[in-house]
Amino acid sequence: MPTPIAREMVQQLIGEGAQLVEVLPEAEFEDEHLPGAINIPLKQLDRERVQDLERGRPVIVYCYDSQ
Amino acid sequence: MSPRAASRLESLGFEQVYDYVAGKADWGSAGLPLEGTNGSETRAGAHVRTDVPTCQPGDRLQDVCEQLDESGWDTCFVVDQRRVVLGRIGRRAIGGREDVFAEEAMAPGPSTIRPSARLEAMVERMQRQTLTNLPVTTSDGRLVGLLSLRDAEEARRGLAD
Repeated sequence: MPTPIAREMVQQLIGEGAQLVEVLPEAEFEDEHLPGAINIPLKQLDRERVQDLERGRPVIVYCYDSQ
Repeated sequence: MSPRAASRLESLGFEQVYDYVAGKADWGSAGLPLEGTNGSETRAGAHVRTDVPTCQPGDRLQDVCEQLDESGWDTCFVVDQRRVVLGRIGRRAIGGREDVFAEEAMAPGPSTIRPSARLEAMVERMQRQTLTNLPVTTSDGRLVGLLSLRDAEEARRGLAD
């Protein structure tokens, strides 16, 4: 089960080499995103797109907010 | 949306999946950098003056005023030990210099904006409300600094060039 985390943990995991994935549509990603994040919109999250991610490293997903 | 994405990643075989539930709204509100066409440079947080004076609720107003005289500022924020904004001491209180504590002289609960507020919108707000500045705090109320109308207008012109 995915682990919900807060900002402080995000910063810690990034420091440890985690991968950041914004799952909002491309236009929203282009508008603003966390430094170092890549964009895989939720609707495109399939086996082909996740080939960009390294399976041995933690993955942090995020969108705009909790709403 | 992110909980569904996290579950989807797990279903695709990823074992270390975390969900930053509060997302980039939280990140930007904390004053942390954002990249993109509307990244940090277009936000209030990138243009604040962070050397704005602060004092504690139990400081004497006269002492605060003496510090302000030296610094050249005409305002001071009353903050707690975590730098959470409790109030603001403005020109009137500074001019009066009564023998009171800062918490008695302050205007409590000033309106604040987040670092992620769009610069363009903040310039328009200050012009509309005839404000000369806006205090900027993180989402948990900690003082980041002060965004002046002059600085904001100048930054906006720079971004337009």
